[in-house]
Amino acid sequence: MSSQESVVESRSSPNGAIVKVENLVKEFGTLKAVKGVSFEIQEGEIFGFLGPNGAGKSTTINMLTTLLKSTSGMAEICGYDIHKNPTEVRRSVGVVPQEYTADEDLTGYENILLCADLYGIPRSNSKPHAEELLALVELSDAKNRKVSTYSGGMRRRLELACGLINYPKLLFLDEPTLGLDVQTRTAVWKYIRMLKAEYHMTLFMTTHYLEEADSLCDRIAIIDHGQIVKMGTPDQLKASIGGDVIIVGVKEADPDISSDIAKISLVKDVKKKDSEYRIKAEMGEEASPQIMDLIRSKGLHVTKISLTKPTLDEAYLELTGSSLREEETNKMQMMSQRVTMMRARS
Amino acid sequence: MVEENIRSATTTNQPEIKSTTAQETRPAVETPREQEREFRAAPQMNTSPLHGLWALTNRDLKKWYKNPILLFMSLIQPVVWLGLFGKALNFSSFITSSIPPTAPPGTADTILKSFFGTTSYFSFLSCGMMAFVILFTAAFGGMSVVWDRRFGFMNKALSTPVARGSVAMAKVLQSVCRALITASIVLLVAIALGMVTSSFTIQGVLGAYAVMFLIAFGLSSLFVMLAIRSSDWQTQMAIINLLNLPLLFASNALFPVKIMPSWLQTVAKLNPVSYANDAIRQLLLGSPGQFSLGLDFSVLAGFAAVLAGISIYLSWKLLTK
Ligand SMILES: Nc1ncnc2c1ncn2[C@@H]1O[C@H](COP(=O)(O)OP(=O)(O)O)[C@@H](O)[C@H]1O
Ligand SMILES: [Mg+2]
Repeated sequence: MSSQESVVESRSSPNGAIVKVENLVKEFGTLKAVKGVSFEIQEGEIFGFLGPNGAGKSTTINMLTTLLKSTSGMAEICGYDIHKNPTEVRRSVGVVPQEYTADEDLTGYENILLCADLYGIPRSNSKPHAEELLALVELSDAKNRKVSTYSGGMRRRLELACGLINYPKLLFLDEPTLGLDVQTRTAVWKYIRMLKAEYHMTLFMTTHYLEEADSLCDRIAIIDHGQIVKMGTPDQLKASIGGDVIIVGVKEADPDISSDIAKISLVKDVKKKDSEYRIKAEMGEEASPQIMDLIRSKGLHVTKISLTKPTLDEAYLELTGSSLREEETNKMQMMSQRVTMMRARS
Repeated sequence: MVEENIRSATTTNQPEIKSTTAQETRPAVETPREQEREFRAAPQMNTSPLHGLWALTNRDLKKWYKNPILLFMSLIQPVVWLGLFGKALNFSSFITSSIPPTAPPGTADTILKSFFGTTSYFSFLSCGMMAFVILFTAAFGGMSVVWDRRFGFMNKALSTPVARGSVAMAKVLQSVCRALITASIVLLVAIALGMVTSSFTIQGVLGAYAVMFLIAFGLSSLFVMLAIRSSDWQTQMAIINLLNLPLLFASNALFPVKIMPSWLQTVAKLNPVSYANDAIRQLLLGSPGQFSLGLDFSVLAGFAAVLAGISIYLSWKLLTK
């Protein structure tokens, strides 16, 4: 353990930007999927793209990993230009795509070795390295089973191991926990933290789960309709999103006491709509009894009360003025998503 | 599923796993100081433009030979045809039965020879059936591109430094290997069922394999090229059906060109499958050919080279959207 700490020290010397993106645009015919995003990722950080389905997260990752050609803009990955030097970009990064890409008919071990062959890693190195990676993602016991017998969680972990086979300094993770159950999600989070802490990797991940971005990422860019709406640390973003939301139901005929509720010090904002108060407050658990007491003290009735912590929906409501909506996804994407979900469940 | 979740959720065995990983990831070096700096040092990677070509080809071949049902299925049709058209409904018996009994002995053979270039229609058909399996194997080789797109493996291959051309060529090569092996089995079955082997020579057999390689390479390139952007297997099936039947029937695979209407003869002359059959029959059966062997080889080599070229070019153009 002590040796690992000294590694941290030697690695934490001045870091540069390992990813530089300027005004990257992708158009599919008339559809502008990515409308000019610019950002930088520093070496050693976990950077997250947070946004709803269809926001352009995968499209951005696919451009940065040179699977898609960008319409305009530029990006430099590990010092290589994505347009001038795509092969070098591919050689130096690891990719864990949104879909499952392993070959179902091969075993987990064969899949990793195949990946290694595609990177031109000699078998003398790839065989022991594949074993290590399988141990890392806790698949050693299942390594000689066909991937078609794997559960969704096992497949996701295998994808992760494949993405690490070429010793990348930078790893792209596209929705790494999509469709996984809670335990497997926790395990994936654990690996991601381990990659950063012990292997000093830089990670670029996308997600549409706020909690995931919150707990893993050092910095988050909120992306919507192909544009970065806001970028910052989770704390900075939460501060801008506002506090918890308390919804209090009352009788419609009762007088409006919004202004009184707003006087409670924890309450930041009150709106009344029909028979409901929509109250934004810090520390909702403490604010809600105070609100109840206030309403009762006026001799009025509370018909229902609910407390919601900030969700992705709330974030969007605040930042974009529109709620998180189901994007129209094209047929192809729906299908691949369905295949992914189906396999994740099996 | 449950077991696996419990395993991934428990953290008790974690330190153990971490420490082994950390140690093993480091290559063995002498001093502990260097060990730290060498932590996760990548090995020298093979950066030749052809790296990964064999790995991709072998992947498809492995899937194929691990699943003998597929091989068996691809043999059913040609073997049934051999039995049905070559033996049961032997086409040549229609011709010989119409010869009056008063004709001098040997008339039947002369007539058959003039039609098929050999007195054995079964042998004639056997050569055609080898081209038939090559055509069908090549066509379904294109399908595996579609499946790879559909199941995501294509994206995995494309996110590695493997050359785009290698991704396409691996599909062609696996299809060529499968086609040649399947054709060899058809040849063995045909010999077992009575194909005339009296004209076989070492050079003839080797030459026939060279011909089969060229036609398999050309046809596989054609179907890989047509599938390279597709992720829709229904469209691909339609394309296969659209091309396979004309390529088969507008050729000399089943019947000699001589008995075809003249427009069909023209089509058959443009069909590379005809040149392959023509050469194979000259080489294996000693039949007089419709074209010279030199012309057969030139056409087939040209066909293979042009289509391989186009499919490599398209893979560079189209595999990155
Ligand atoms: N190959 C494609 N052709 C046409 N449109 C596409 C293609 N891929 C993605 N899109 C569209 O681009 C938009 C962004 O998609 P994507 O990047 O996959 O979103 P996300 O990963 O954030 O869910 C969506 O509207 C999607 O329908
Ligand atoms: Mg996506």
